[in-house]
Amino acid sequence: MSLLEIEGLSKHFGGVTAVDGCSLSLQLGSITGLIGPNGSGKTTVFNLITGFLPQDAGEVRFNGQSISGLGPNRIYGLGIGRTFQLARIFPRLTTLENMLVPVRRSGLRALFSRGQRHDERTRAMDMLAAMDISHVAGLLGGSLSYGQRKLLELAAVMMARPQLVLLDEPAGGVNPGLIERIGQHILELNRQGVTFLLVEHNMPFVMGLCQQIVVLHRGAVLAQGTPAAVRGNPAVLDAYLGS
Amino acid sequence: MRSPGWMRVAKWAALLLVVVVALLFPAFESDPATVNIGVFTVMYVGLATAWNIMGGYTGYVSLGHAAFFGFGAYAFGLVLAHLGIQAGYEPFLFVPVAGALTVVLALLIGWIALRTRAATFVIVTIAMMFMIQLLAENLVGLTGGGSGLSFPVPPWSGDFFDTPFYYAMLVMAFVALGISWWIRRSKFGLGLLAIRDDEDKALAVGVPAHAYKLTAFIISAGLVGMIGAVYGYYVTYIYPQYAIDPLVGISLVLMVFLGGLGTLWGPVLGAVILEPAQLWLAYNFGASRLYLVFYAAVFLVVILLLPRGIIPSVGDLIRRLTSRRAVGPSDTASSSSDTHAVAGVQSP
Repeated sequence: MSLLEIEGLSKHFGGVTAVDGCSLSLQLGSITGLIGPNGSGKTTVFNLITGFLPQDAGEVRFNGQSISGLGPNRIYGLGIGRTFQLARIFPRLTTLENMLVPVRRSGLRALFSRGQRHDERTRAMDMLAAMDISHVAGLLGGSLSYGQRKLLELAAVMMARPQLVLLDEPAGGVNPGLIERIGQHILELNRQGVTFLLVEHNMPFVMGLCQQIVVLHRGAVLAQGTPAAVRGNPAVLDAYLGS
Repeated sequence: MRSPGWMRVAKWAALLLVVVVALLFPAFESDPATVNIGVFTVMYVGLATAWNIMGGYTGYVSLGHAAFFGFGAYAFGLVLAHLGIQAGYEPFLFVPVAGALTVVLALLIGWIALRTRAATFVIVTIAMMFMIQLLAENLVGLTGGGSGLSFPVPPWSGDFFDTPFYYAMLVMAFVALGISWWIRRSKFGLGLLAIRDDEDKALAVGVPAHAYKLTAFIISAGLVGMIGAVYGYYVTYIYPQYAIDPLVGISLVLMVFLGGLGTLWGPVLGAVILEPAQLWLAYNFGASRLYLVFYAAVFLVVILLLPRGIIPSVGDLIRRLTSRRAVGPSDTASSSSDTHAVAGVQSP
Protein backbone atom coordinates (compact mmCIF):
# COMPACT_ATOMS: atom_id res chain seq x y z
CA MET A 1 0.00 0.00 0.00
CA SER A 2 1.30 3.43 -0.98
CA LEU A 3 1.64 5.85 1.91
CA LEU A 4 2.88 8.77 -0.16
CA GLU A 5 2.35 9.33 -3.85
CA ILE A 6 3.93 12.14 -5.83
CA GLU A 7 2.74 12.78 -9.36
CA GLY A 8 4.25 15.18 -11.87
CA LEU A 9 5.64 17.51 -9.21
CA SER A 10 7.31 20.63 -10.65
CA LYS A 11 8.91 23.72 -9.20
CA HIS A 12 10.62 26.62 -10.94
CA PHE A 13 12.65 29.41 -9.40
CA GLY A 14 12.60 32.11 -12.06
CA GLY A 15 14.19 30.48 -15.10
CA VAL A 16 15.64 27.56 -13.13
CA THR A 17 13.71 24.31 -13.05
CA ALA A 18 14.44 22.76 -9.66
CA VAL A 19 11.91 19.91 -9.86
CA ASP A 20 10.66 18.75 -13.22
CA GLY A 21 7.67 16.39 -13.32
CA CYS A 22 8.93 14.24 -10.46
CA SER A 23 6.81 11.16 -9.68
CA LEU A 24 7.45 8.56 -7.01
CA SER A 25 5.62 6.43 -4.54
CA LEU A 26 6.54 5.29 -1.02
CA GLN A 27 5.30 2.00 0.37
CA LEU A 28 4.01 1.91 3.92
CA GLY A 29 6.77 0.74 6.28
CA SER A 30 9.58 1.21 3.77
CA ILE A 31 12.87 3.09 3.91
CA THR A 32 13.53 4.93 0.64
CA GLY A 33 16.68 6.80 -0.28
CA LEU A 34 16.53 9.88 -2.50
CA ILE A 35 19.93 10.44 -4.08
CA GLY A 36 21.41 12.65 -6.75
CA PRO A 37 24.15 15.23 -7.10
CA ASN A 38 23.99 18.68 -5.56
CA GLY A 39 21.32 20.78 -7.24
CA SER A 40 19.30 17.80 -8.45
CA GLY A 41 16.27 18.98 -6.46
CA LYS A 42 16.24 16.61 -3.48
CA THR A 43 15.75 19.23 -0.77
CA THR A 44 13.25 21.08 -2.97
CA VAL A 45 11.22 17.85 -3.20
CA PHE A 46 11.31 17.68 0.61
CA ASN A 47 10.17 21.29 0.85
CA LEU A 48 7.33 20.64 -1.61
CA ILE A 49 6.13 17.52 0.24
CA THR A 50 6.21 19.27 3.63
CA GLY A 51 4.50 22.45 2.44
CA PHE A 52 7.46 24.80 2.82
CA LEU A 53 7.20 25.62 -0.88
CA PRO A 54 4.10 25.74 -3.10
CA GLN A 55 4.42 23.55 -6.17
CA ASP A 56 3.91 24.91 -9.69
CA ALA A 57 2.38 21.67 -10.94
CA GLY A 58 1.64 18.14 -9.82
CA GLU A 59 0.17 16.62 -6.72
CA VAL A 60 1.24 15.05 -3.44
CA ARG A 61 -1.09 12.50 -1.82
CA PHE A 62 -0.66 11.13 1.67
CA ASN A 63 -2.79 8.16 2.68
CA GLY A 64 -4.76 8.76 -0.52
CA GLN A 65 -5.60 12.34 0.43
CA SER A 66 -4.20 15.35 -1.43
CA ILE A 67 -1.98 17.49 0.78
CA SER A 68 -1.05 20.01 -1.93
CA GLY A 69 -1.47 23.58 -0.74
CA LEU A 70 -1.43 22.77 2.97
CA GLY A 71 1.01 24.58 5.27
CA PRO A 72 3.93 22.82 7.02
CA ASN A 73 2.24 22.66 10.43
CA ARG A 74 -0.93 21.11 8.94
CA ILE A 75 1.14 18.56 7.03
CA TYR A 76 3.02 17.70 10.22
CA GLY A 77 -0.32 17.28 11.93
CA LEU A 78 -1.35 14.74 9.29
CA GLY A 79 1.65 12.59 10.15
CA ILE A 80 4.63 13.74 8.06
CA GLY A 81 7.69 14.81 10.05
CA ARG A 82 10.96 16.11 8.70
CA THR A 83 14.49 17.00 9.71
CA PHE A 84 16.73 19.60 8.11
CA GLN A 85 20.02 19.37 6.24
CA LEU A 86 21.95 21.08 9.06
CA ALA A 87 20.42 19.81 12.30
CA ARG A 88 17.97 22.48 13.44
CA ILE A 89 16.89 22.57 17.04
CA PHE A 90 15.65 25.36 19.32
CA PRO A 91 18.92 26.66 20.83
CA ARG A 92 17.42 28.62 23.73
CA LEU A 93 15.09 25.83 24.84
CA THR A 94 16.33 22.90 26.89
CA THR A 95 16.66 19.48 25.27
CA LEU A 96 13.50 18.39 27.10
CA GLU A 97 11.58 21.47 25.91
CA ASN A 98 12.81 20.75 22.38
CA MET A 99 11.15 17.36 22.73
CA LEU A 100 7.86 18.83 23.99
CA VAL A 101 7.34 21.47 21.27
CA PRO A 102 6.28 18.89 18.62
CA VAL A 103 3.78 17.14 20.91
CA ARG A 104 0.30 17.62 19.53
CA ARG A 105 -2.63 18.53 21.73
CA SER A 106 -6.21 18.99 20.69
CA GLY A 107 -8.47 21.74 21.97
CA LEU A 108 -7.88 25.30 23.03
CA ARG A 109 -7.93 24.41 26.71
CA ALA A 110 -5.09 21.93 26.34
CA LEU A 111 -3.11 24.59 24.50
CA PHE A 112 -3.26 26.97 27.44
CA SER A 113 -2.61 24.32 30.06
CA ARG A 114 0.88 23.51 31.35
CA GLY A 115 3.67 23.23 28.80
CA GLN A 116 5.11 20.13 30.48
CA ARG A 117 2.52 17.46 31.21
CA HIS A 118 3.71 14.45 33.18
CA ASP A 119 2.85 11.87 30.52
CA GLU A 120 4.48 13.91 27.75
CA ARG A 121 7.55 14.47 29.88
CA THR A 122 7.87 10.75 30.59
CA ARG A 123 7.56 9.88 26.92
CA ALA A 124 10.12 12.55 25.98
CA MET A 125 12.59 11.21 28.56
CA ASP A 126 12.05 7.65 27.29
CA MET A 127 12.70 8.79 23.73
CA LEU A 128 15.85 10.68 24.80
CA ALA A 129 17.00 7.58 26.68
CA ALA A 130 16.46 5.47 23.57
CA MET A 131 18.71 7.90 21.67
CA ASP A 132 21.27 7.87 24.54
CA ILE A 133 20.98 11.61 25.17
CA SER A 134 18.80 11.70 28.28
CA HIS A 135 21.79 13.04 30.27
CA VAL A 136 21.53 16.36 28.40
CA ALA A 137 17.76 16.79 28.98
CA GLY A 138 18.25 19.86 31.18
CA LEU A 139 20.83 21.59 28.99
CA LEU A 140 20.01 24.23 26.45
CA GLY A 141 19.86 23.02 22.87
CA GLY A 142 22.48 25.57 21.82
CA SER A 143 25.08 23.93 24.05
CA LEU A 144 24.76 20.46 22.51
CA SER A 145 27.36 19.00 20.15
CA TYR A 146 26.41 18.62 16.48
CA GLY A 147 25.95 14.87 16.89
CA GLN A 148 23.69 15.37 19.91
CA ARG A 149 21.66 17.89 17.92
CA LYS A 150 21.22 15.34 15.11
CA LEU A 151 19.94 12.76 17.61
CA LEU A 152 17.73 15.34 19.33
CA GLU A 153 16.20 16.43 16.04
CA LEU A 154 15.40 12.82 15.16
CA ALA A 155 14.02 12.11 18.64
CA ALA A 156 11.91 15.29 18.69
CA VAL A 157 10.32 14.67 15.31
CA MET A 158 9.12 11.28 16.60
CA MET A 159 7.23 12.86 19.51
CA ALA A 160 4.06 13.36 17.47
CA ARG A 161 4.19 9.74 16.28
CA PRO A 162 4.46 10.54 12.55
CA GLN A 163 3.76 7.84 9.99
CA LEU A 164 6.33 9.20 7.56
CA VAL A 165 9.61 10.93 8.34
CA LEU A 166 11.71 12.79 5.80
CA LEU A 167 15.37 12.91 6.82
CA ASP A 168 17.59 15.44 5.06
CA GLU A 169 21.16 14.10 5.23
CA PRO A 170 20.90 12.29 8.58
CA ALA A 171 24.55 11.17 8.30
CA GLY A 172 25.90 14.52 7.11
CA GLY A 173 28.71 16.01 9.21
CA VAL A 174 28.81 13.32 11.89
CA ASN A 175 31.54 10.79 12.77
CA PRO A 176 31.39 7.17 11.54
CA GLY A 177 30.48 5.80 14.98
CA LEU A 178 27.50 8.11 15.23
CA ILE A 179 26.47 7.39 11.63
CA GLU A 180 26.13 3.75 12.61
CA ARG A 181 24.07 4.67 15.69
CA ILE A 182 21.78 6.91 13.65
CA GLY A 183 21.32 4.07 11.17
CA GLN A 184 20.36 1.71 14.00
CA HIS A 185 17.86 4.20 15.38
CA ILE A 186 16.26 4.58 11.95
CA LEU A 187 16.01 0.79 11.57
CA GLU A 188 14.51 0.45 15.05
CA LEU A 189 11.91 3.15 14.37
CA ASN A 190 11.16 1.53 11.02
CA ARG A 191 10.56 -1.78 12.79
CA GLN A 192 8.03 0.08 14.93
CA GLY A 193 6.17 1.02 11.73
CA VAL A 194 7.60 4.40 10.70
CA THR A 195 8.16 4.95 6.99
CA PHE A 196 11.28 6.89 6.00
CA LEU A 197 12.36 8.91 2.99
CA LEU A 198 15.93 10.10 3.29
CA VAL A 199 18.22 12.31 1.27
CA GLU A 200 21.83 11.30 1.72
CA HIS A 201 25.21 11.56 0.01
CA ASN A 202 26.83 8.79 2.05
CA MET A 203 26.36 5.91 -0.40
CA PRO A 204 27.32 2.97 1.86
CA PHE A 205 24.87 4.34 4.48
CA VAL A 206 22.01 4.71 1.97
CA MET A 207 22.63 1.42 0.23
CA GLY A 208 22.82 -0.44 3.54
CA LEU A 209 19.70 1.11 5.00
CA CYS A 210 17.18 1.54 2.17
CA GLN A 211 14.99 -1.00 0.46
CA GLN A 212 14.35 1.35 -2.44
CA ILE A 213 16.51 4.03 -4.04
CA VAL A 214 15.22 6.90 -6.18
CA VAL A 215 17.81 8.79 -8.24
CA LEU A 216 17.03 12.40 -9.11
CA HIS A 217 18.68 14.16 -12.02
CA ARG A 218 17.84 17.77 -12.83
CA GLY A 219 14.63 17.54 -10.87
CA ALA A 220 13.33 14.40 -12.57
CA VAL A 221 13.52 10.75 -11.57
CA LEU A 222 16.37 9.14 -13.50
CA ALA A 223 16.10 5.68 -11.99
CA GLN A 224 14.50 3.81 -9.12
CA GLY A 225 14.63 0.35 -7.70
CA THR A 226 16.47 -1.76 -5.17
CA PRO A 227 19.97 -0.67 -4.15
CA ALA A 228 21.44 -3.49 -6.24
CA ALA A 229 19.42 -2.51 -9.31
CA VAL A 230 20.34 1.15 -8.98
CA ARG A 231 23.96 0.29 -8.35
CA GLY A 232 23.93 -1.74 -11.57
CA ASN A 233 22.11 0.86 -13.67
CA PRO A 234 24.63 2.11 -16.26
CA ALA A 235 23.09 5.60 -16.42
CA VAL A 236 23.35 6.00 -12.65
CA LEU A 237 26.81 4.49 -12.58
CA ASP A 238 28.04 6.83 -15.27
CA ALA A 239 26.40 9.91 -13.92
CA TYR A 240 26.68 9.61 -10.13
CA LEU A 241 28.44 6.70 -8.61
CA GLY A 242 31.37 6.33 -10.97
CA SER A 243 32.28 3.08 -12.60
CA MET B 1 15.72 21.41 37.14
CA ARG B 2 14.15 22.70 40.40
CA SER B 3 15.86 25.44 42.39
CA PRO B 4 17.25 24.57 45.84
CA GLY B 5 14.75 24.88 48.71
CA TRP B 6 16.22 28.07 50.21
CA MET B 7 16.13 29.73 46.80
CA ARG B 8 12.47 28.95 46.33
CA VAL B 9 11.65 30.33 49.78
CA ALA B 10 13.69 33.45 48.98
CA LYS B 11 11.84 33.88 45.69
CA TRP B 12 8.41 33.64 47.34
CA ALA B 13 9.47 35.97 50.14
CA ALA B 14 10.77 38.52 47.61
CA LEU B 15 7.54 38.24 45.62
CA LEU B 16 5.42 38.75 48.74
CA LEU B 17 7.52 41.77 49.72
CA VAL B 18 7.12 43.31 46.26
CA VAL B 19 3.32 42.80 46.35
CA VAL B 20 3.00 44.25 49.87
CA VAL B 21 5.19 47.28 49.05
CA ALA B 22 3.26 47.86 45.81
CA LEU B 23 -0.10 47.65 47.61
CA LEU B 24 0.85 49.87 50.54
CA PHE B 25 2.92 52.44 48.63
CA PRO B 26 0.22 55.20 48.48
CA ALA B 27 -0.65 54.63 52.17
CA PHE B 28 2.92 55.37 53.26
CA GLU B 29 3.63 58.08 50.73
CA SER B 30 1.47 61.18 51.13
CA ASP B 31 3.34 63.38 48.64
CA PRO B 32 1.23 63.42 45.40
CA ALA B 33 4.37 64.02 43.31
CA THR B 34 5.86 60.74 44.56
CA VAL B 35 2.59 58.86 44.05
CA ASN B 36 2.60 60.32 40.54
CA ILE B 37 6.00 58.70 39.97
CA GLY B 38 4.46 55.49 41.32
CA VAL B 39 1.57 55.70 38.83
CA PHE B 40 3.92 56.02 35.86
CA THR B 41 6.31 53.36 37.16
CA VAL B 42 3.52 50.82 37.63
CA MET B 43 2.12 51.85 34.24
CA TYR B 44 5.45 50.99 32.60
CA VAL B 45 5.63 47.71 34.54
CA GLY B 46 2.37 46.74 32.84
CA LEU B 47 3.38 48.09 29.43
CA ALA B 48 6.80 46.43 29.41
CA THR B 49 5.32 43.13 30.62
CA ALA B 50 2.67 43.24 27.90
CA TRP B 51 5.25 44.13 25.22
CA ASN B 52 7.48 41.27 26.38
CA ILE B 53 4.79 38.71 25.44
CA MET B 54 5.36 39.67 21.79
CA GLY B 55 8.93 41.01 21.78
CA GLY B 56 10.44 38.71 24.39
CA TYR B 57 8.63 35.39 24.15
CA THR B 58 7.86 35.46 20.43
CA GLY B 59 10.96 37.41 19.33
CA TYR B 60 9.01 39.93 17.25
CA VAL B 61 10.29 43.36 18.25
CA SER B 62 7.57 45.96 17.83
CA LEU B 63 8.57 49.60 18.05
CA GLY B 64 5.00 50.67 17.36
CA HIS B 65 3.20 49.61 20.53
CA ALA B 66 2.67 53.31 21.31
CA ALA B 67 -0.07 53.13 18.66
CA PHE B 68 -2.05 50.65 20.78
CA PHE B 69 -1.40 52.74 23.87
CA GLY B 70 -2.76 55.87 22.22
CA PHE B 71 -5.58 54.02 20.48
CA GLY B 72 -6.68 52.58 23.83
CA ALA B 73 -6.73 56.08 25.31
CA TYR B 74 -8.73 57.52 22.41
CA ALA B 75 -11.11 54.55 22.30
CA PHE B 76 -11.72 54.89 26.03
CA GLY B 77 -12.34 58.63 25.84
CA LEU B 78 -14.80 58.18 22.99
CA VAL B 79 -16.61 55.31 24.73
CA LEU B 80 -17.01 57.41 27.90
CA ALA B 81 -18.28 60.36 25.88
CA HIS B 82 -20.61 58.23 23.77
CA LEU B 83 -22.14 56.45 26.75
CA GLY B 84 -22.23 59.60 28.86
CA ILE B 85 -20.28 58.03 31.74
CA GLN B 86 -19.69 60.45 34.59
CA ALA B 87 -16.26 61.00 36.15
CA GLY B 88 -15.44 58.98 39.24
CA TYR B 89 -14.85 55.26 39.67
CA GLU B 90 -17.40 54.11 37.10
CA PRO B 91 -15.20 54.76 34.05
CA PHE B 92 -12.71 52.13 35.27
CA LEU B 93 -15.36 49.48 34.58
CA PHE B 94 -15.19 50.37 30.87
CA VAL B 95 -11.41 49.91 30.54
CA PRO B 96 -11.89 46.36 29.13
CA VAL B 97 -14.03 47.87 26.33
CA ALA B 98 -11.01 49.94 25.26
CA GLY B 99 -8.93 46.75 25.46
CA ALA B 100 -11.41 44.90 23.24
CA LEU B 101 -11.40 47.69 20.64
CA THR B 102 -7.58 47.67 20.66
CA VAL B 103 -7.65 43.92 20.12
CA VAL B 104 -9.79 44.44 17.00
CA LEU B 105 -7.28 47.00 15.68
CA ALA B 106 -4.36 44.69 16.53
CA LEU B 107 -6.09 41.82 14.75
CA LEU B 108 -6.34 43.85 11.54
CA ILE B 109 -2.78 45.16 11.76
CA GLY B 110 -1.24 41.90 12.96
CA TRP B 111 -2.92 39.88 10.23
CA ILE B 112 -0.84 41.80 7.69
CA ALA B 113 2.25 42.86 9.68
CA LEU B 114 2.97 39.36 10.94
CA ARG B 115 3.51 38.12 7.42
CA THR B 116 6.87 39.88 7.70
CA ARG B 117 9.74 38.96 9.98
CA ALA B 118 12.78 40.47 11.70
CA ALA B 119 13.78 43.99 10.58
CA THR B 120 10.86 44.26 8.15
CA PHE B 121 8.42 43.64 10.99
CA VAL B 122 10.11 46.34 13.11
CA ILE B 123 9.75 48.85 10.26
CA VAL B 124 6.13 47.87 9.60
CA THR B 125 5.28 48.49 13.27
CA ILE B 126 6.90 51.95 13.17
CA ALA B 127 4.98 52.79 9.99
CA MET B 128 1.77 51.49 11.55
CA MET B 129 2.29 53.71 14.59
CA PHE B 130 2.68 56.85 12.46
CA MET B 131 -0.38 55.90 10.41
CA ILE B 132 -2.48 55.65 13.57
CA GLN B 133 -1.05 58.98 14.74
CA LEU B 134 -1.94 60.57 11.38
CA LEU B 135 -5.45 59.15 11.58
CA ALA B 136 -5.87 60.57 15.10
CA GLU B 137 -4.76 63.92 13.77
CA ASN B 138 -6.95 63.92 10.66
CA LEU B 139 -10.17 62.28 11.81
CA VAL B 140 -11.07 65.58 13.42
CA GLY B 141 -14.79 64.81 13.75
CA LEU B 142 -14.02 61.74 15.84
CA THR B 143 -10.81 62.51 17.74
CA GLY B 144 -10.79 66.29 17.84
CA GLY B 145 -7.63 66.25 15.71
CA GLY B 146 -4.88 68.58 16.91
CA SER B 147 -7.23 70.14 19.45
CA GLY B 148 -7.19 66.89 21.36
CA LEU B 149 -9.74 64.92 23.34
CA SER B 150 -10.81 65.69 26.89
CA PHE B 151 -11.85 63.13 29.48
CA PRO B 152 -14.26 63.74 32.34
CA VAL B 153 -12.23 65.02 35.30
CA PRO B 154 -12.69 63.00 38.52
CA PRO B 155 -13.93 65.06 41.47
CA TRP B 156 -11.12 63.95 43.77
CA SER B 157 -8.94 66.28 45.83
CA GLY B 158 -5.35 67.00 44.79
CA ASP B 159 -3.92 64.92 47.65
CA PHE B 160 -5.96 61.87 46.73
CA PHE B 161 -6.22 62.28 42.95
CA ASP B 162 -3.32 59.96 42.03
CA THR B 163 -4.25 57.11 44.39
CA PRO B 164 -7.17 55.53 42.44
CA PHE B 165 -5.08 55.73 39.26
CA TYR B 166 -2.15 54.11 41.05
CA TYR B 167 -4.34 51.16 42.01
CA ALA B 168 -5.93 50.99 38.55
CA MET B 169 -2.45 50.83 37.00
CA LEU B 170 -1.40 48.27 39.62
CA VAL B 171 -4.36 46.05 38.74
CA MET B 172 -3.36 46.31 35.06
CA ALA B 173 0.25 45.46 35.92
CA PHE B 174 -0.88 42.40 37.93
CA VAL B 175 -3.18 41.31 35.08
CA ALA B 176 -0.31 41.67 32.59
CA LEU B 177 2.07 39.77 34.87
CA GLY B 178 -0.51 37.04 35.50
CA ILE B 179 -1.11 36.57 31.77
CA SER B 180 2.63 36.67 31.04
CA TRP B 181 3.29 34.03 33.73
CA TRP B 182 0.46 31.86 32.47
CA ILE B 183 1.64 32.06 28.86
CA ARG B 184 5.27 31.36 29.84
CA ARG B 185 4.38 28.04 31.46
CA SER B 186 1.77 26.94 28.90
CA LYS B 187 2.01 24.81 25.80
CA PHE B 188 1.15 27.97 23.84
CA GLY B 189 4.10 29.79 25.46
CA LEU B 190 6.43 26.95 24.55
CA GLY B 191 5.29 27.36 20.95
CA LEU B 192 6.03 31.11 21.11
CA LEU B 193 9.54 30.44 22.41
CA ALA B 194 10.04 27.92 19.61
CA ILE B 195 8.97 30.57 17.06
CA ARG B 196 11.45 33.00 18.64
CA ASP B 197 14.28 30.47 18.23
CA ASP B 198 13.51 29.21 14.70
CA GLU B 199 10.16 29.88 13.09
CA ASP B 200 10.58 27.50 10.14
CA LYS B 201 11.62 24.70 12.42
CA ALA B 202 8.61 25.46 14.63
CA LEU B 203 6.34 25.15 11.59
CA ALA B 204 8.02 21.86 10.68
CA VAL B 205 7.12 20.40 14.08
CA GLY B 206 3.50 21.49 13.87
CA VAL B 207 3.41 24.91 15.58
CA PRO B 208 0.79 27.03 13.76
CA ALA B 209 3.14 30.00 13.80
CA HIS B 210 0.88 32.65 12.27
CA ALA B 211 -2.02 31.92 14.61
CA TYR B 212 0.31 31.84 17.62
CA LYS B 213 2.03 35.11 16.68
CA LEU B 214 -1.29 36.81 16.05
CA THR B 215 -2.66 35.62 19.38
CA ALA B 216 0.43 36.89 21.23
CA PHE B 217 0.22 40.17 19.32
CA ILE B 218 -3.43 40.84 20.18
CA ILE B 219 -2.97 39.85 23.83
CA SER B 220 0.01 42.20 24.06
CA ALA B 221 -1.78 45.02 22.24
CA GLY B 222 -5.02 44.57 24.21
CA LEU B 223 -3.18 44.93 27.52
CA VAL B 224 -1.30 47.99 26.24
CA GLY B 225 -4.62 49.48 25.03
CA MET B 226 -6.21 49.05 28.46
CA ILE B 227 -3.25 50.68 30.16
CA GLY B 228 -3.48 53.51 27.61
CA ALA B 229 -7.14 53.92 28.57
CA VAL B 230 -6.30 54.38 32.26
CA TYR B 231 -3.51 56.77 31.25
CA GLY B 232 -5.90 58.90 29.17
CA TYR B 233 -8.33 59.18 32.08
CA TYR B 234 -5.43 60.03 34.41
CA VAL B 235 -4.00 62.86 32.30
CA THR B 236 -7.60 63.95 31.38
CA TYR B 237 -6.56 65.39 28.02
CA ILE B 238 -4.78 63.78 25.07
CA TYR B 239 -3.72 64.83 21.61
CA PRO B 240 -2.12 62.73 18.83
CA GLN B 241 1.59 63.45 19.38
CA TYR B 242 1.20 63.05 23.13
CA ALA B 243 -0.92 59.90 23.23
CA ILE B 244 0.86 58.15 20.35
CA ASP B 245 4.41 59.06 21.30
CA PRO B 246 7.22 57.01 19.71
CA LEU B 247 9.26 57.58 22.89
CA VAL B 248 6.72 55.57 24.90
CA GLY B 249 7.27 52.63 22.57
CA ILE B 250 11.05 52.99 22.74
CA SER B 251 11.08 53.41 26.53
CA LEU B 252 9.25 50.19 27.21
CA VAL B 253 11.50 48.28 24.80
CA LEU B 254 14.57 49.64 26.60
CA MET B 255 13.09 48.61 29.96
CA VAL B 256 12.59 45.05 28.75
CA PHE B 257 16.12 44.87 27.33
CA LEU B 258 17.61 46.24 30.55
CA GLY B 259 15.68 43.87 32.82
CA GLY B 260 15.90 40.78 30.65
CA LEU B 261 14.20 40.06 27.34
CA GLY B 262 11.85 37.07 27.42
CA THR B 263 11.92 36.72 31.22
CA LEU B 264 8.89 37.18 33.47
CA TRP B 265 10.46 39.67 35.89
CA GLY B 266 12.90 41.44 33.57
CA PRO B 267 10.34 43.99 32.30
CA VAL B 268 9.28 44.72 35.90
CA LEU B 269 12.85 45.37 37.00
CA GLY B 270 13.62 47.47 33.92
CA ALA B 271 10.53 49.63 34.47
CA VAL B 272 11.20 50.07 38.20
CA ILE B 273 14.75 51.24 37.46
CA LEU B 274 14.23 53.38 34.38
CA GLU B 275 10.91 55.16 34.86
CA PRO B 276 11.65 56.76 38.26
CA ALA B 277 15.13 57.68 36.96
CA GLN B 278 13.61 59.32 33.89
CA LEU B 279 11.04 61.23 35.96
CA TRP B 280 13.73 62.28 38.46
CA LEU B 281 15.75 63.71 35.57
CA ALA B 282 12.68 65.46 34.19
CA TYR B 283 11.79 66.97 37.59
CA ASN B 284 15.35 68.05 38.40
CA PHE B 285 16.47 69.27 35.01
CA GLY B 286 13.26 70.81 33.81
CA ALA B 287 11.25 69.77 30.82
CA SER B 288 14.36 69.41 28.65
CA ARG B 289 14.83 66.17 26.85
CA LEU B 290 17.96 65.41 28.84
CA TYR B 291 16.50 62.06 29.78
CA LEU B 292 16.96 61.01 26.17
CA VAL B 293 20.73 61.31 26.69
CA PHE B 294 20.26 59.17 29.78
CA TYR B 295 18.32 56.61 27.72
CA ALA B 296 21.08 56.54 25.13
CA ALA B 297 23.63 55.94 27.91
CA VAL B 298 21.53 53.09 29.33
CA PHE B 299 21.20 51.59 25.84
CA LEU B 300 25.00 51.62 25.52
CA VAL B 301 25.47 50.04 28.95
CA VAL B 302 22.96 47.30 28.10
CA ILE B 303 24.58 46.58 24.73
CA LEU B 304 28.14 46.62 26.04
CA LEU B 305 27.82 45.10 29.52
CA LEU B 306 24.45 43.38 29.83
CA PRO B 307 23.38 42.27 26.35
CA ARG B 308 21.00 39.70 27.86
CA GLY B 309 19.67 42.04 30.57
CA ILE B 310 20.03 42.10 34.34
CA ILE B 311 17.97 39.06 35.34
CA PRO B 312 19.61 36.50 33.00
CA SER B 313 23.08 37.88 33.81
CA VAL B 314 22.53 37.80 37.58
CA GLY B 315 20.90 34.37 37.26
CA ASP B 316 24.04 33.09 35.50
CA LEU B 317 26.23 34.55 38.22
CA ILE B 318 24.19 32.89 41.00
CA ARG B 319 24.18 29.55 39.20
CA ARG B 320 27.93 29.77 38.63
CA LEU B 321 28.58 30.56 42.28
CA THR B 322 26.25 27.88 43.65
CA SER B 323 27.49 25.16 41.28
CA ARG B 324 31.13 26.04 42.11
CA ARG B 325 30.33 25.71 45.80
CA ALA B 326 28.46 22.45 45.22
CA VAL B 327 31.16 20.63 43.23
CA GLY B 328 34.24 22.04 44.93
CA PRO B 329 37.41 23.45 43.40
CA SER B 330 38.61 20.25 41.68
CA ASP B 331 35.53 20.13 39.44
CA THR B 332 35.41 23.79 38.57
CA ALA B 333 36.09 23.32 34.87
CA SER B 334 33.30 20.86 34.23
CA SER B 335 30.78 22.72 36.36
CA SER B 336 31.63 25.92 34.59
CA SER B 337 30.98 24.39 31.21
CA ASP B 338 27.66 22.99 32.41
CA THR B 339 26.68 26.37 33.79
CA HIS B 340 27.43 27.94 30.46
CA ALA B 341 25.33 25.36 28.78
CA VAL B 342 22.39 26.04 31.04
CA ALA B 343 22.88 29.75 30.65
CA GLY B 344 22.58 29.47 26.92
CA VAL B 345 26.03 30.21 25.59
CA GLN B 346 25.79 28.67 22.21
CA SER B 347 28.48 26.56 20.72
CA PRO B 348 29.72 27.96 17.43
